[in-house]
Amino acid sequence: MSTIIIYTILTLSIIGILSAIILYFVAQKFKVYEDPRIDQVEAALPGANCGGCGFAGCRAFAETCVSRGELSDLFCPVGGNDCMGGVADILGIVAEKKDPKVAVVRCNGTCEHRPKTNVFDGAVSCAIAASLYSGDTGCQYGCLGCGDCVVACDFDAIHMNPVTGLPEVDDEKCVACGACVKACPKTLIELRKKAPKDRKIYVACRNMDKGAVARKSCSVACIGCSKCEKECKYDAITIANNLAFIDSDKCKLCRKCVSVCPTNAIAELNFPPRKIAVAEEVAPETGKIKPESSEN
Amino acid sequence: MLKSFKIGGVHPAENKLSAQKAIEVLALPKSVFIPVGQHIGAPAEVVVQKGDKVKVGQLIAKSSGFVSANIHSSVSGTVKKIESGPDTSGYPKTGIYIDVEDDLWDEQIDRSTELKTSVTLDAAAILAKIQDAGIVGLGGATFPTHVKLVPPKGMKAEVLLINGVECEPYLTSDHRMMLEHGAELIVGVQLLMKVLNVAKAAIGIENNKPDAIKKMNSLLTGNNGISVVPLKVKYPQGGEKQLIKAVTGREVPSGALPISVGAVVTNIATTFAVYEAVQKNKPLFERVVTVTGKTVKNPSNFRVRIGTTISELIDAAGGLPENCGKIINGGPMMGKAFANTGIPVTKGTSGIVMMPDGEAKRKEVMPCIRCSRCVSVCPMGLEPYLLMTVSEQEIWDRAERECVMDCIECGSCSFTCPANRPLLDYIRLGKGKVGAIIRNRKN
Repeated sequence: MSTIIIYTILTLSIIGILSAIILYFVAQKFKVYEDPRIDQVEAALPGANCGGCGFAGCRAFAETCVSRGELSDLFCPVGGNDCMGGVADILGIVAEKKDPKVAVVRCNGTCEHRPKTNVFDGAVSCAIAASLYSGDTGCQYGCLGCGDCVVACDFDAIHMNPVTGLPEVDDEKCVACGACVKACPKTLIELRKKAPKDRKIYVACRNMDKGAVARKSCSVACIGCSKCEKECKYDAITIANNLAFIDSDKCKLCRKCVSVCPTNAIAELNFPPRKIAVAEEVAPETGKIKPESSEN
Repeated sequence: MLKSFKIGGVHPAENKLSAQKAIEVLALPKSVFIPVGQHIGAPAEVVVQKGDKVKVGQLIAKSSGFVSANIHSSVSGTVKKIESGPDTSGYPKTGIYIDVEDDLWDEQIDRSTELKTSVTLDAAAILAKIQDAGIVGLGGATFPTHVKLVPPKGMKAEVLLINGVECEPYLTSDHRMMLEHGAELIVGVQLLMKVLNVAKAAIGIENNKPDAIKKMNSLLTGNNGISVVPLKVKYPQGGEKQLIKAVTGREVPSGALPISVGAVVTNIATTFAVYEAVQKNKPLFERVVTVTGKTVKNPSNFRVRIGTTISELIDAAGGLPENCGKIINGGPMMGKAFANTGIPVTKGTSGIVMMPDGEAKRKEVMPCIRCSRCVSVCPMGLEPYLLMTVSEQEIWDRAERECVMDCIECGSCSFTCPANRPLLDYIRLGKGKVGAIIRNRKN
């Protein structure tokens, strides 16, 4: 009985040792060299795997960083400059500083600004609603309100406001990964340069119809009148397809454009209240057309 | 036993309310909006200018390629503007606005009601006339007919199938067409047979239209190769692939065209348009539209000029019912809701169905209970619950493997689901995404 046990142990040990030797040589023969820096870079990244950099997860991004050896087109929006600085240290180069960005929703078509013309009761998905028809209001460019952007966000940074029916970005949480930008079938969401104190000036409208048509469907639509373009001293505003666009890289946040906009289409967020004198000065010009319910 | 497709299918309530109403000619509208993209393929190019005087049947937009179709004016009058206007989904599409003055027809059009049976032209000339007349599939798919009639190289049509099934509930325009214009349809079938050079043609009609079957049978004279095939009442009997299976017993392979099994299918209204185009020189500028609904005062079949606003048709049928919850373009199974009533009738508008509020509303969506009813009713043998799940999760490669592109969007799955799941909505989304991926791959 005991001999059987001994023989069994011996045979198994010999097989084990032989296999180990074979495996060792095979492993040496078929060894794939991997740059150890890939692991280091991956460790320096946030590990969110959000795809905001344009690659399939942090590992793929790390591999690209190491294989290219330079970081000109590569940026992790989640980690920001600090993280990219760390990556650059590992690679022994200097990272270019990039301005942090934040997502903004360019539609202010709340229920009172943009009356509903019909009801959509199909599957709750903006992609489906957009493929079936132009939307439940007269504006075919505006927010559909089904919340595809909310589903797409991995960082809990965008939420539907039940009162306005529009998504709102939480500036603290937004990492500008761009998932919501891709999810929105109406391309309403834009990544804009982050300003001090999260101050924002942007045209909260994507309506490219002619002024009269746009105005009919939504009271805060951009009508492409180009008043803001003329007012802007910094060439930050351009008009194309009956729609104004403010370049966040050029905008100095002077708020002059907000005062001249006849439809209140330019949103200003997180600014201190204006001085009364200024308000009185602009009131006669804009007071007539501006809707009673002012935004913000 | 009646012929039918074999797998799946449902039987929704028929509600053919306007089946006994003769086709009425709708009064001329004051103005029309004629979109230039009323068909599958490239939109036509506008050939008139603002201020031009046009006649009924005059070419106003020229086909911009092989897969495209001519557009003719449906009225006489002055071109008001060339601008974008709403299409069925509410998205703006370029089109031509015409203010109606008088009713002057192009001199070439034979306006007499006399039946012209003699087929004098050869196949190429008939095909050219069909192409010039801008005829597209009038069942709703709006695929240019002249493209369908030219089989790809190496393929040969063996049988022509005429789709008189009209399996969608409510719709009766093809049914009325068969009863009132049977003789013209037979000539139309002969013209199409000549173009395709086939000896056999079959007119498939669902068995819930015994009067139409009797009428068409009575018109078959001698040995001209045309037969009438009564079909079992089952939705979607009128689907192209289902009709081929039912009549010929052949199955169109996944991803292939009907011509791969030697079949060409055209709809009744299209066949009539072919007759008018070839024998009467009349381009496609009017069509028969069923305007119906349970609460509609006077469900009717109207002969309408293309470009007439749907609100005019609704008014003619007794006005919009008070409790109307949805106005559907086409039948209730496959049709999509109109975004508003300012949308014009196009070549593809076969019906306008007004659903009462209660019926129109979707019921609360519940979790899938794995009953597999959607699988058992799918006429294409797909697994709708699975296609919906992969589309919802955006797993497009899996959706492609599960043959999402074979879905014919008949809506049987959504119709039968006891949990009210929006199956077709998601499958359609998946079909769109996977279709785009496949097209990109080819380029």
